Amino acid sequence: MLDGVRDPAPGPAPPAHPPARPPEPAPPPARRAPPICTSIAPSDIAPSDEGGRPGEAPTTGRRRFLTYLLAAPTLTVAARIGLDAAAPASAPAAVRNTAARTAAAATAPPQLLGLPGIPDVVDLGDAITLACLPTAHLLVLEVTAAGRAVLTLPRLEVGQGLTTAMAMLVAEELDARLTDVDVPLSDGRPELLFNQLTGGSTSVRSLYEPVRAAAAAARARLVTAAAQHWNLPAGTLRTADSAVLAPDGRRVGFGRLAAAAAAVAVPAVPATPKPPDRLRVVGTPTGRIDARDIVTGRAAYTGDLRIPGAVPTVVARPTTINGTLASLDASAARAMPGVLGVVRIPSGVAVLAETFDQALKARNALRTTWHPGPVAHLSGADIRARLRDAHPPFLLPPLLTPYLDGEFDFAFVNHAPMEVLTAVADVRPGRADVWFAAQAPIVAQQAIAAELGLPQGAVTVHVVRGGGSFGRRLFFDAALEAAQVSRAAGRPVKLMWTREDDMRHGRMRPASHHRVRATYGPLGQVLSWEHRAATVRTDLGHGLGEALTGAGFDLSLAGLSLAQGFFLLTEKNPYDVGVPTQLLAEVALDMPTGSWRSVYSGTVRVADEIMMDELARRTGQDEVAFRRARLRGTLGRAVLDTVAQKGNWGRPMPPGQAQGVGYHEENGGRVAYLVELDATDRADPRVTRAVCAVDVGRAIDPRGLEAQLTGTLVDGISVILRAGNHIDNGAVREGSYADFRYARQRDTPPAVEIHLLPPSGPPGGAGELGVAAACAAVANAYARATGTSPRSFPLAF
Amino acid sequence: MPSHTFVLNGRPVTVEAPDDMPLLWVLRDKLGVTGPKYGCGVGVCRSCTSHLDGEEFQPCTRTVKDCAGRSVTTIEGLATGDTLHPVQEAWLACDVAQCGFCQPGQIMTAVALLRRTPNPTDADIDRIQNICRCGTYPRIRAAIKLAAARRPRA
Repeated sequence: MLDGVRDPAPGPAPPAHPPARPPEPAPPPARRAPPICTSIAPSDIAPSDEGGRPGEAPTTGRRRFLTYLLAAPTLTVAARIGLDAAAPASAPAAVRNTAARTAAAATAPPQLLGLPGIPDVVDLGDAITLACLPTAHLLVLEVTAAGRAVLTLPRLEVGQGLTTAMAMLVAEELDARLTDVDVPLSDGRPELLFNQLTGGSTSVRSLYEPVRAAAAAARARLVTAAAQHWNLPAGTLRTADSAVLAPDGRRVGFGRLAAAAAAVAVPAVPATPKPPDRLRVVGTPTGRIDARDIVTGRAAYTGDLRIPGAVPTVVARPTTINGTLASLDASAARAMPGVLGVVRIPSGVAVLAETFDQALKARNALRTTWHPGPVAHLSGADIRARLRDAHPPFLLPPLLTPYLDGEFDFAFVNHAPMEVLTAVADVRPGRADVWFAAQAPIVAQQAIAAELGLPQGAVTVHVVRGGGSFGRRLFFDAALEAAQVSRAAGRPVKLMWTREDDMRHGRMRPASHHRVRATYGPLGQVLSWEHRAATVRTDLGHGLGEALTGAGFDLSLAGLSLAQGFFLLTEKNPYDVGVPTQLLAEVALDMPTGSWRSVYSGTVRVADEIMMDELARRTGQDEVAFRRARLRGTLGRAVLDTVAQKGNWGRPMPPGQAQGVGYHEENGGRVAYLVELDATDRADPRVTRAVCAVDVGRAIDPRGLEAQLTGTLVDGISVILRAGNHIDNGAVREGSYADFRYARQRDTPPAVEIHLLPPSGPPGGAGELGVAAACAAVANAYARATGTSPRSFPLAF
Repeated sequence: MPSHTFVLNGRPVTVEAPDDMPLLWVLRDKLGVTGPKYGCGVGVCRSCTSHLDGEEFQPCTRTVKDCAGRSVTTIEGLATGDTLHPVQEAWLACDVAQCGFCQPGQIMTAVALLRRTPNPTDADIDRIQNICRCGTYPRIRAAIKLAAARRPRA
């Protein structure tokens, strides 16, 4: 069994015969050794570790449930099963789990039971993981003759630490040194279908088992190759530090075994990933594998690439969002030094030059007029009014039942990643190469191919590390433009959006308006919870819908739009609040929008958490105790308890200062923040301390997890207090970080504590989890510090 | 085209460029020195922060002519061979970076701060204006304090 391989039990010594060859160097590479490539069969990755791990809480059997869903895979079915949960005797096994949990909640009076929401039984991450399963075996891990373990990652690294986490998984299961693992980003691979979308906090969830399985399979082959070489039973060999070790002390490095291992047809030892109690890399705080490249300036982003002949290019853009060119006189610009060309493209006028400075100066010299864009008649107040009007009415009239209403506005918010959108394109007759930071390279490849009139396979998308994203790089605006310009100009180009370009024409989290009504009984029990969200339509056209369809979710059967399906798969009220209903209404405006870190939860759940605070105060209860009594599940209560204890919840605060809490669960994890905020100057509030407690199931790199939760804290401080975008007559007012006031050093607390709870299950997604809870904690602290009811965000806007 | 000579990371360089070209584009587009990043072009985000005669500055708002005859240090010139600067080491020890794009500028700002103020207070650190959109500020603060604490005492 596996344990015997990894840590051989004492037993008879291996046969004492002389080795066929000296142990090192061995085996001599007769010729340039081919790398061994490991891929895995789909059956290998049927998740089997979700229940019954020692020391881990039993889970709901989600994956088994999904298997069930595969046979009848529609949202309609999931919703129907939720209702069926009231009759467990006739329900299939997985549904019984849900029913049992629901029944357990009945022991927490005086709440009415809520029906499980869709994310209780299947959430976005499950859906994406499911969509990825058929192609999971196409992940490739190579062990090279030079001893490198190379996992070519079909995802994007934008700072979330995915390459480090994946390298850790490989090091873990291969028993390789972390420094021997490389995780390059894969070019777009259309055969991966939905398995190359970086988004929805699904990467770790969808890759954890396949990468572990691939590395374990590679290790089994390396061990087998060493056993054959030494003529020893494979079961007596160990692996450590990128080498196979014999009981007599002989050692052979993975690199030297790579060629022989490639010829191993059937491994002689099991290729099973380690059980949780044997993990030594996973769960150990680890520094980023690219940290040294970053601090020395060697880390290369798209703008730093040296693609031969790619000339600096910028684009003159309309005066209003999605405006169109009315007239152009480029004569002065063309005559300027260094200018290499001026090209009209659908989104504006591109200027090519020898340097970006010359391109920018020539852009300024273009004489252009523009037709107003489709929203030029709208400003912020108009859009807010449209959102207010878009809500369907509340279902439950309050009658004689006491109720609490809240209405909330959230402004547009630019993604504002530090690295502006940049793409290199080299379009030649019959083919094209494009380099950029792509969250959805296959969709980009399809779109660029269609634009150029090329077959998809003639376009190569080279995925380059990104300088932040927060959802922005789901879209490939700059890459499409670069392809258009390169084709028109007949030369490779390096096209860059300026900061002002991205602020004025880039994508934003859409503005939203929320109407929330909670009814409650005489003892403070919540009887119903209605949330009506109205947003400017979020552009989700980056392959998500295709992935959901690929996973078997036919949204049209349920009469849902893609956005509504996404909303239903992600939005979940974690409390027993009677009968919750949540509806999304979209207002279609021709504006550049997109998913912004945590998508709908970043507003929906923030409004809910503010309402939870207000409801607690209305009914004379402590805000933390009020939540605790209503949280479904012990894991969430442990998180809330931890943050309250470590944060010293309830400690006396001076006038004008207060604590605030926020809680959220999503992506297979749960998190709470407690912040302390000084609003002595109400116009200049500052978060002075923050404590976070988090349970993501299992943290691969606790240090990376802490980094993500620090980032989402800063997001919460920013978008609740100061950072947002105004729309004035169809144009974005802000132009840079000078007026888009994302937090700086002085806006963030000197002290941030993050407490990780012990592993509770399989790894969840961590990149977006914290946003809603952090936002809510900041908003709630402000409310408590000032005695106000904040309704419109950002507050100082 | 005018020619400008200055010292770049310890070595003299001469480059032909218009007088008014910001040093950032001279570095990136003419000299291939890409450690200083473009993040705004107007001196606000400070991703390009480097040193001019040992003082922090933003090459995106300083012309090449202004730098003639002076000494420019970018992130590439901070380490001595394979030996990292203590501030870079502190950045590794605190695992500061996320996406990493702003970090060359953050590090150069921190080095300049520590030269001026060997033991910076929280208030001193609060005055740093560099944007980090990933929100690594608490680790930046910790790394600056670590670098300050590790300085050999006289």
